[in-house]
Parts: sequence; C-alpha cells; structure tokens
Amino acid sequence: MLAYAARRLLIVLVTLLVASVIVFFVLEIVPGDPARLMLGLNATEDAVRALREQMGLNEPVLTRYISWLVGMARGDFGESLTYSVPVTELIADRVVVSLPLALLALGLSTAIAIPVGIFTAARRGTRADTAAMAGTQLGIAIPNFWFALLLVYVFAVTLQWVPAGGFPGWDEGLWPGLRALILPAIALALPQAAILARVARSALLETLAEDYIRTARAKGLPANIVLWRHALRNAMIPVLTILGLQFAFLLAGTIIIENVFFLPGLGQLVFQAINQRDLIVVEGVVVLLVGTVVIVNFLVDLAYAWADPRLRRR
Amino acid sequence: MTDHLVAAEHEDWRLFLRKASANRSFQAGAIITLFIVIMAAVSLVWTPYDVSKLTIPDRLQGPSWAHWFGTDHFGRDIFSMIMEGSRNSIAVALIAVGIGIVIGVPIGCWAAAKRGWIDEVFMRTSDIIFAFPALLSAVMITAIFGPGAVNAIVAIGIFNIPVFARVARGAALSLWPREFILAARAAGKGPARITAEHILPNIANLLLVQGTIQFSLGILAEAGLSYVGLGAQPPATSWGRMLAEAQTMMAIAPQMAIAPGIAIIVTVLGLNLLGDGLRDLLDPKLRRER
Repeated sequence: MLAYAARRLLIVLVTLLVASVIVFFVLEIVPGDPARLMLGLNATEDAVRALREQMGLNEPVLTRYISWLVGMARGDFGESLTYSVPVTELIADRVVVSLPLALLALGLSTAIAIPVGIFTAARRGTRADTAAMAGTQLGIAIPNFWFALLLVYVFAVTLQWVPAGGFPGWDEGLWPGLRALILPAIALALPQAAILARVARSALLETLAEDYIRTARAKGLPANIVLWRHALRNAMIPVLTILGLQFAFLLAGTIIIENVFFLPGLGQLVFQAINQRDLIVVEGVVVLLVGTVVIVNFLVDLAYAWADPRLRRR
Repeated sequence: MTDHLVAAEHEDWRLFLRKASANRSFQAGAIITLFIVIMAAVSLVWTPYDVSKLTIPDRLQGPSWAHWFGTDHFGRDIFSMIMEGSRNSIAVALIAVGIGIVIGVPIGCWAAAKRGWIDEVFMRTSDIIFAFPALLSAVMITAIFGPGAVNAIVAIGIFNIPVFARVARGAALSLWPREFILAARAAGKGPARITAEHILPNIANLLLVQGTIQFSLGILAEAGLSYVGLGAQPPATSWGRMLAEAQTMMAIAPQMAIAPGIAIIVTVLGLNLLGDGLRDLLDPKLRRER
C-alpha cells in the first residue's frame, strides 16, 4: 500500500511540475508587455525600461521560472503587478467565495443524483425510470448559465426571495452569504446532478448483474437488502471517481456562473488579471486549480486502493 | 465489432437500417440534428428578416405570427437571429471536433502501435492535459490571444485532442492482438499500413460516436465562451451572445432569453440522443466512459 502511494505521489509531483512549465511558458509568449501596460500609453521608453528592470522581467526566462517555482514550493506565489499585494492573499480572498460555492453545488448535486440513480436502477424499464432518464438527458443539455438566468428571473426579479447578484461577504454572517450563493449553486448543480445520476444508475445496474448478487438473491434475501447492502457499496466506486472529477470541474466551472451573479470569486479574479496582463495572478490561480484536480484524483485513487487491494498492483 | 470486409458492406447497411428503424433515440436525434443543420444551411441564403437591420419601433415584441420568437431591444427578429446563430455554433463545434480527430487519432494509433515508452509518455501527457480544467483554460486562451470565433475553435479543439487520442488508443490496443492483424503482419505490412488499412476502419464507429458527444460539448462550450464575450464578435450572431444581451434586459423582456436557451438545449439534446443511438446501433457492447 505504501509503495503504491509513493508511486502515485511521484506521478502527482511530476504532473504538477510539467503543468507549471506549461502554464509559465504559455503565458510567456502572450502578446503585450506587462510593464508597458501598467504605465499606460503615454509612458516614456525609459520608464518602461526601469519598471521592467524592477519587476525582474529582464532576467533570463529560465531564472524567472525557477525563482517562481521555488517561491511556490514555499507557499509564495509572488506579488500581483496591479494590486501590489501577495497573490496568495488575493486568492485567499476569492477562495472563500468559490470554494463554498463549489462545495454547496457538489452537495446539492450528490443529494439529487444518488437517490435518482438508486431509484431508477431499482425500477429499471418502468415508466418512472424512462421519465427520469429523459429528465437527465435534458439536464445535461441545459447550459448552466442559461439556467442561472432563469433562476434569477424567477427567484430574484419576480419573487425577490434572494438577491440577484453580488456577495455581501461572510462578515455579514452566515445566512446572507449563503443566500447569495444558493442560486448559483443550484445552477451549477443541475447539469452535474444529471451526469452523476446516469453514472450512479449504470454503475448500480452493472453491479446488480454480478454473480454474487444472483447468489444473494438465490439464498432468499429480500430485494431491498440486496440492493442497499450488497450492490450499493460496489457501485459507489465509479460514482466516487466522477465526484472527484466534478469537484475540480465545479471549482473551475464557477468561472462563468460567477459572471452571471457578479460574485467576487476566483473566476472574476482570473478575468480581471488576464485583462490587466497581471500574469503572475493568472499563473497562480491556474496552478492552484490544476493542483487541486491532481490532488483530489490522487486521494480518490488512494481511497480505491485502500478499499480494493487488487488495484494496488497496477 | 465486425471485421471490415468490403463484400459485407452492403449487408451491413441493411442491418443498420433495420436496427435504426427500431431505435427511437437514434431517430429523434437524427431528426433534430438534421433540422438544425438544414436551418443553418437555409440561413446562408435566406432568413425571415435581415438581422443586420435595426427597426427600433418594433423592439421588444412578444411572439407573434410576424415574429415567431418576438423581437430584441433593437427590433431584430429573434427567430432570424437563432437561424444565423446556429451557423456559428455548428461551425465552431464541428471544426473543434475536426481538430481533435485530425491530431488526436494519429497520436492515439501511433501510441497503440509502438507501445513502450512512447505510449507511456503519451498517456502521462494526456493525464496532464486532463488535469487542466477545460473551461478555465479555454477562457484563458481566448482572453490572451484575443476573443473571436477562431480562437474559440482552437481553445475547444485543443481539449478534444487527448479525448480522441485516448479513444483511438484504447480501441486500437484491443485490435492489435487479433488474428486478422497478425495475418496482416505476416503478409509483411508495416505498422503504418496496418493502422491505415485495418485499425482505422475498425475504430471508425467508435470515433463517430465520440465525435457526436464532443460536438454537443463543443456547442455548450462555444455558448459559454460567447456568453462571457470571448467567442464570436459582433456583427456575427451567436446564441451565447444573444443570452448575454438578454441578461441586461432580463427585468423588462425576459422572453429574449428563452429562444437562444431553447436553441442550445434542443441542439445539444439532439446530438446526445444521436450519439446514444449510434452507440447502441454500431456496437451494443460499447459502454459510455462517463
């Protein structure tokens, strides 16, 4: 188990390293000189040159990459060019919006999808199953930002139950913050729930076709016990994989939804930073998100290996 | 999967049509997709109204016989705009799928034919690409290299490459140990020729199914990018941009948001149904990946 974990961890580190190279060098070829952009159109050549020097932009590319990488390893993501504050601080300010939003959406989508998946698998081929599966087809096809617009119209503009956008900050208390996140979370959760419900259903159906389930049935166990105690646990493995993938997707997927609701999250931060050529902020956020994806997948892999020893040999 | 035999092709078609007549998902998907494609084609030569002409007195009308989906805040006919927009969605998503196939499939087939370290390097690389949240990266690419339909195509297309490479590799790997490949090798054919003559025709079905799925994902991605202003630029019409404009008018004219949303949903739904249907028809054993 330990050897397996070590091997997987090595892959994680290599992945992160390569990802950092890609992010850094893609942004390196971006048109537009950050120093010139900061100083505006009327800047003199001397001023631009001096600022480039001060920002360390005249160092060789490799030196800058290595110092950036070493900094990140120590938790220092550098300093924003436009705000002159540490990138970690900017990210921390935004994560408190994006992370709860992603978690809320993940919770909602799981709470909807798992019961639907179990219900439809248990009643395979019935009219209820067909209807629910048609519903999930529709759910997958709905663009989440369009659904968000409808939610805003119904619950914010017409009924005025919740604010149409903006975020009051957690200082105002838990409830106002949650109220601002509830519509975006629902909009994000719906398509994810549709996908997850389909995965849960097909995983469960596959497990129900296994020999040991037939054995359990043959020895006279009631259908409910077979479903809940024998089938469900094994069926949860693919569901967990998708959940792991969805978490990362939701964290990044908030980027467009934040736009609908004017939420000051990571997405908005990236948009602003790209427009202002504040590349170090963009690099920081992308590396953070890629890191989250890789680490979540690593943890999911470890959980499998712990649950199923056969997987460790791979 | 049946081995590819030219003589049996005619028979295959009849079998396909017979199965298709019983597959409702395929029928519904094919009809919807055909409808959208025809709509896009017709918009090249004719739309009920000229969408580049603003008729302010007619603005913000509800649905009527004259304007099926009403008019927008400039008095333009929304139905005509939906027709125009379908062209953009289809073009972006289709070319993005093309990029994925043209670059991804050779890479996948090559990795499967060579195995060893080349395959390993390929697999790890695609793992790394999959670790990048696709939407965030697409936003980054279009924002950095400038918004517009072409950069949107590239941004969506890049993420199609590892998808097609993986599908091609997986399917090709399962074919290489088969007898008919062994026979081809015994006949002295090299890996490139075997791939072109025997592997590709046998994985074409799978690629077609995956292509349909990526097509529908591309439509959604394009809509998202245009919605945040990074896709097609004015004066081109796109469904995503129509939604962005509708958002500013939400309080007084919510109907403006309905038609573009429905258009996206119907198109994506049609393509997904077509993909599901094709998968059942072409290979009943094939399982969806996610």
